[in-house]
Amino acid sequence: MADKSKRPADMLDGAPTTVEEPGRPPTSFLEVRDLRIHFPTDDGLVKSVDGLSFKLERGRTLGIVGESGSGKSVTSLGVLGLHNRRNAKVSGEIWLDGNELVGASPDQVRRMRGRNMAMIFQDPLSAMHPFYTVGAQIVEAYRIHNDVSKKVARKHAVDMLGRVGIPKPDRRVDDYPHQFSGGMRQRAMIAMALSCDPELLIADEPTTALDVTVQAQILDLIRDLQREFNSAIIMITHDLGVVAELSDDILVMYGGRNIEYGSVDDVFHRPEHPYTWGLLGSMPRLDRERSERLLPIKGTPPSLINLPQGCAFNPRCAYSELTDGKSTVERPELRETAPGHTVACHMAVERRRRIWADEIAPKL
Amino acid sequence: MSTEASRAGEPVDTPPADAPADAAGTDTVAATAAATGTVTGTPVDTVTGTPATGADAPLVVQERAAPQRRGELLLEVDNLGKHFPVTSGAILRRQTGAVKAVDGVSFSVRKGETLGLVGESGCGKTTTGRMIMRLEDPTFGKITFEGHDITRMSQGQLRPLRRDIQMIFQDPYSSLNPRQTVGSIIGAAFRLQGEKPKQGVKAAVQELLELVGLSPEHYNRYPHEFSGGQRQRIGIARTLALKPKLIVADEPVSALDVSVQAQVVNLLEDLQDELDLTYVVIAHDLSVVRHISDRVAVMYLGKIVEIADRNDLYERPMHPYTNALLSAVPVPDPSQRGNRERIRLQGDVPSPLDPPPACRFHTRCWKAQEICKQVEPPLIELSPGHQAACHFPENTTVSATDAVAQSAVAPAGGDLPAAPVHKD
Ligand SMILES: Nc1ncnc2c1ncn2[C@@H]1O[C@H](COP(=O)(O)OP(=O)(O)OP(=O)(O)O)[C@@H](O)[C@H]1O
Ligand SMILES: Nc1ncnc2c1ncn2[C@@H]1O[C@H](COP(=O)(O)OP(=O)(O)OP(=O)(O)O)[C@@H](O)[C@H]1O
Ligand code: SF4
Ligand code: SF4
Ligand SMILES: [Mg+2]
Ligand SMILES: [Mg+2]
Repeated sequence: MADKSKRPADMLDGAPTTVEEPGRPPTSFLEVRDLRIHFPTDDGLVKSVDGLSFKLERGRTLGIVGESGSGKSVTSLGVLGLHNRRNAKVSGEIWLDGNELVGASPDQVRRMRGRNMAMIFQDPLSAMHPFYTVGAQIVEAYRIHNDVSKKVARKHAVDMLGRVGIPKPDRRVDDYPHQFSGGMRQRAMIAMALSCDPELLIADEPTTALDVTVQAQILDLIRDLQREFNSAIIMITHDLGVVAELSDDILVMYGGRNIEYGSVDDVFHRPEHPYTWGLLGSMPRLDRERSERLLPIKGTPPSLINLPQGCAFNPRCAYSELTDGKSTVERPELRETAPGHTVACHMAVERRRRIWADEIAPKL
Repeated sequence: MSTEASRAGEPVDTPPADAPADAAGTDTVAATAAATGTVTGTPVDTVTGTPATGADAPLVVQERAAPQRRGELLLEVDNLGKHFPVTSGAILRRQTGAVKAVDGVSFSVRKGETLGLVGESGCGKTTTGRMIMRLEDPTFGKITFEGHDITRMSQGQLRPLRRDIQMIFQDPYSSLNPRQTVGSIIGAAFRLQGEKPKQGVKAAVQELLELVGLSPEHYNRYPHEFSGGQRQRIGIARTLALKPKLIVADEPVSALDVSVQAQVVNLLEDLQDELDLTYVVIAHDLSVVRHISDRVAVMYLGKIVEIADRNDLYERPMHPYTNALLSAVPVPDPSQRGNRERIRLQGDVPSPLDPPPACRFHTRCWKAQEICKQVEPPLIELSPGHQAACHFPENTTVSATDAVAQSAVAPAGGDLPAAPVHKD
């Protein structure tokens, strides 16, 4: 897309975020640049991730929130190099610790994975093999990257199961996945992921299947891991409470793109994108009076085959009229509105801030 | 005698130690209630429901419509249990124990009502749901649906009822046939009932897809092509296509973003009004449960430890485990980081292979006394419609007139320890 930043109207919206020179290794621990992951289907090309960029340093936690189906899991599988190149078209750059992964050979990526990175999958049942015991699967995952005997690995597996709060781990280590409750499977997954002390941990809805007391315990465990190994963590979740408690920074995704990015305080206390406003407004909250009816964002999620022209959010946005018609024509680029806080919306910054302060914030 | 321990740092109106129980309508409001600033006015003539006697109590009493009690009983579960045998030995498998997944739960649900079921992961919620669906045979107990005892009905006898009781599964992926398109998965529900929608099956399925926030273009896709939340909605659409009377929804919205979640919750509520549907909703998200439920049951290790009207439960949680749960709900406000008090449960989650004797929570309860290790506290009504199984419940003073309740609630011997609150 052409750089529209020279147009006077846009100057108000701050400078466009600096685009790094493609191909040059970054200084950040993880940097994703203009990532695109497309799936050809009979109905057309599904653009699950379409121009996503972000950075993450070691020791920091990035929370990714956004619409279900907006490309969060596809992005994380992309970072881990787990897409089948035959049915997924991946382009852009993913730099992890100085190595570029999109262009790397499958062998290279496999070596990085596990030593450097680990993932807690959203769907524990599909990530675990039904015919092998839980213990055998943790043992195998551990031994891929650690040269130890089966016996030592088994002891480690029992140990990890205990740390994630599985009662009587020495007996349950030989259970099959279907003998575990949903939450126990999730914890077994977490044990598997944490057993190799990853430098980058991607946690996709790690605690949604858990009760809140166990959730608190797991979040503590993840925090400990981060402190101990200075890991970088990507935390994908729909639970805005978890995001608020754990993240340093937050990335909000819509239609395969980054539409708002900022510190946890920016996104919760000074959000500027209408979609982010909608998210904050639609959750039921225990720290507020119970409302009779929840307030979802109107309209339906966009088709990823035919994303709406202009801003992908425009058919659902109550403010699209306030942009001199740009919302329906031109895709808004991410622009910095304050240091470290970027937003992709055509509305003038002053206006967005006024709407937030006058109309949105008082109702939350 | 008041038996509650108050949270440190909270303004509490405590009666003098020698105050007679029936006169001291104490109200320690849990953190959540303090935050919402209200306490429901339960019937005022009951001692337990009366707001604090102290005028300085931090309460705003507000009348709210009582949860609906209309309609006849649709589902009754009586002392239901499921023990899974544990075997060992590679060749000769001998039973060496049993996972007491569900160990005697009783509750009932009225037509048109929503019962929320919450609790520790692994405490038996899904298993309870599966037994109601008769996907799992109960080890003991009784299930009554519309007045029929369905506990031991054969699959043949069950067939006419199959449609009436449906489940939205916790794990949407494993419940969708990966080789069928979304269109045929949902369409099968219509065919199963021999129903021919007048607009045609395809159009009817596409309408349902839109109803749950998917798009008609998804008709020809396969389950693996969907995100977690989209798969969950496929499951919901399939369930709705069957037009059941009772839906057991196991984590129906946990995979959804908050906006779609709001949409699905509203949809479930609308359908309930329109079709008089009855729901048992299993969920870990306590704010969703508060929103959607009329009554809420809390389970711990195979048992129900507390059951009450929604507002009662959230504003005056009695069982220590319920208090711990509510205190652990993450708050979506980063400025609250670090000044929130969370009750941290000590000890490990006990195993359902051999649950602790007497009160199953005693290994982790900060209020546990000798009696808790010896006598199992029965689940009894401690205020109207509010049952709890604890010798030293919070947020209650037992009415002196209620002999049953009083005999179950042991006299507090001096001060009980306060909750181990932890600031994160
Ligand atoms: N193999 C595939 N073929 C076609 N489309 C796919 C495939 N995998 C994912 N998609 C589509 O890509 C989009 C993004 O999926 P993704 O799983 O990343 O969503 P998500 O943001 O993780 O959502 P959720 O919060 O529901 O988990 C979805 O619309 C999904 O339908
Ligand atoms: N087929 C089985 N064989 C042996 N044990 C089982 C089986 N199914 C469930 N269990 C055990 O029964 C207990 C209750 O499981 P259940 O799935 O009902 O828990 P849950 O309350 O739904 O938990 P979650 O919130 O984690 O989904 C767990 O300890 C589980 O391991
Ligand atoms: S660019 Fe326009 S349509 Fe998009 S969020 Fe901003 S105001 Fe709304
Ligand atoms: S009976 Fe005793 S151990 Fe059990 S919850 Fe009550 S106080 Fe705690
Ligand atoms: Mg996902
Ligand atoms: Mg379950």
